[in-house]
Amino acid sequence: MASQHSITIKAGGSEKDYWKDLWLNRQLLWILSKRDISVRYKQTLLGVAWSVLRPIMTMTVMVFVFSYLAKVKSDPGVPYPLMVLSGLTIWTFFSNTFTQISSSILINSNLVSKVYFPRLLMPLSSIAVGFVDFLITFGIFLIMTIFFRQPISWHIVFLPCFILLTFITSLGFGLFFAALNVRFRDIGQLIPFLVQVGMYAVPVAYSSTLAQGTWFEKYYNLNPLVGIIDGFRWCLLGDKAYFNPQSLYSTTIISFVILILSLIYFRKKENTFVDHI
Amino acid sequence: MPVIVAENISKKYIIDHQRKSGAPSLRDIVTEKVDKLFSRKQGNSDFAEKEEFWALRDVNFSIDQGDRIGIVGHNGAGKSTLLKILSRITEPTTGQIKIDGRIASLLEVGTGFHPELTGRENIFLNGAILGMAKSEIRQSFDAIVDFAGVEKFLDTPVKRYSSGMYVRLGFAIAAHLNPEILIVDEVLAVGDTEFQKKCLGKMRDVSESGRTLLFVSHNLTAIQALCNKSFYFEKGMLIDQGETTHIVTNYLSKVSHKTLEKHWDNIDNAPGNDQVRVKRFKLFPEYQDDLNHIDVRTPINFQFEFWNLVEGASLNLSMHLYTFTGECIFNVGTQAETFSKGLVSGVCEIPGHFLNDGSYVVSMMIVKDTSTVLYNMEEALIFDIEDYRENVTWYGKWPGYIRPQLNFSIRQTEHVVND
Repeated sequence: MASQHSITIKAGGSEKDYWKDLWLNRQLLWILSKRDISVRYKQTLLGVAWSVLRPIMTMTVMVFVFSYLAKVKSDPGVPYPLMVLSGLTIWTFFSNTFTQISSSILINSNLVSKVYFPRLLMPLSSIAVGFVDFLITFGIFLIMTIFFRQPISWHIVFLPCFILLTFITSLGFGLFFAALNVRFRDIGQLIPFLVQVGMYAVPVAYSSTLAQGTWFEKYYNLNPLVGIIDGFRWCLLGDKAYFNPQSLYSTTIISFVILILSLIYFRKKENTFVDHI
Repeated sequence: MPVIVAENISKKYIIDHQRKSGAPSLRDIVTEKVDKLFSRKQGNSDFAEKEEFWALRDVNFSIDQGDRIGIVGHNGAGKSTLLKILSRITEPTTGQIKIDGRIASLLEVGTGFHPELTGRENIFLNGAILGMAKSEIRQSFDAIVDFAGVEKFLDTPVKRYSSGMYVRLGFAIAAHLNPEILIVDEVLAVGDTEFQKKCLGKMRDVSESGRTLLFVSHNLTAIQALCNKSFYFEKGMLIDQGETTHIVTNYLSKVSHKTLEKHWDNIDNAPGNDQVRVKRFKLFPEYQDDLNHIDVRTPINFQFEFWNLVEGASLNLSMHLYTFTGECIFNVGTQAETFSKGLVSGVCEIPGHFLNDGSYVVSMMIVKDTSTVLYNMEEALIFDIEDYRENVTWYGKWPGYIRPQLNFSIRQTEHVVND
């Protein structure tokens, strides 16, 4: 009976069973996710309505500023509000999960110092909240397409791939910052700034066609979020929305490389998290 | 059959004297690197501010199945570090431990409780965090609720619980873990006597069913009641192990006896921090000059002096009195007052005819805004009270921690007249 649970503790010795442990703790992953979702809007007046109001308000402001004031053009045949909202849907999913993951270890510091489980569970469970928000925003988008009489493209079958890519990218960036955040609290200050600036560096309010033929185009395309947002839009709005399928290669390779490097870094640091909290 | 075998366990921490508290900011690291660069150029290295600290050093032991091990030692002796390593919260710097069996550790009551969630939700959350499967939790759900006595409040958020209910629920969940090895750290310090008894009973059940228990506590009475073997740690080393009665006697004899006064004349090396520094702790009996014999009749004055370094700080003192075996007798606090920079002094008087004979330990906290503990001096003072009896013919040990003189009298209320 006992032999199934025999373990050896030594410096750097938790490697062997790490992934098995992670799998054994999948119930905890589910429960932590559920906790984050159910406490999200406790003691708020509007509750879940916030998840609906926020994207609608952001979209309205962006339509007013970029389309009405700055006269930014969308791709031909695509209504500007729909372009913004589709970009916003996937960008917010990325930025929310990225922010949550980055702070996940510190937020759960009471657990880190009192109980053992694979620390990777904390960043993983913090994805849930962002995903629920994503589903809500996506629902709003679908309602908007009916309003604008815009048919949903058959490309939508590829949508899960892009959601998965977003997930991988946010985990890749997030894990690195989560581990770094334990050591340097500067990260907590940096992240809101990164997210704010990031939104202008990716094609949310404008179309990637604007970057075509410029000197910075090749650097611009290195950003995995560019390919993801363009691809996401292409899935929903069809060929009218600009998407360069070539960018998919670099997007996939870059996001996987980032994830693997971050994972290695996170795994290297996680056993000493408690000493820095 | 040994279930835990530890070989050469050591744990090193690096203490950075430059840093005040918390994690370093990027700026600290950058300035440090720049400083390093320049000091190397000048050829002197006054950068020896980092100090190694060995929380544990070369610890070896083996624990058999069914053993109930008590772990004793002073604060900072390495007890908690050992438990953290055994619970896999942190890794040892050197050495290895082999553990055979499912291990559960209870380093805190109600780990991960979320204040906004209800009691019911928190049972599942906390259970999962402690490593229980959902089916196990469901199975023992009724028993947990019953043990904690919170039936009526199951659907109330735990932030509305009293602290007693909170602790009871936390312990109840942990008590139903059913691990093969249970590690418990000082959780009995919280909760009322009734509940402590229940917990001790539950821990005894655990050990009697052939499971292994490791128990850290300052409460030697509890350790003696519960554990058959004990480890005695000092300065990170396991210096003695064996039968509990033997270890506890040994521990008590080694503990420095009687500290009736402590003082620091130089503010720079006085204990404390950048907000307060301790100047003097002192006790003196009111009637007697002889400090070595304080008897039960004597009122005792406790005097505490400290430097306040923050202008306009709202401070109060909070004093705990413990028996020598670690049971808290009482806690008293002063009113909070606003002080300017300078010396602050507090006096507390314990009346005569109040404490029983025995050894007592005083700890003193300096509290800011009646909520933040600025500094806590544990074992600030240690003193003995001696017995004094008159008009009695019985000389056994008087039971109880205190021996108050109360208005308690007898008189004849009826005379039966015999014809």
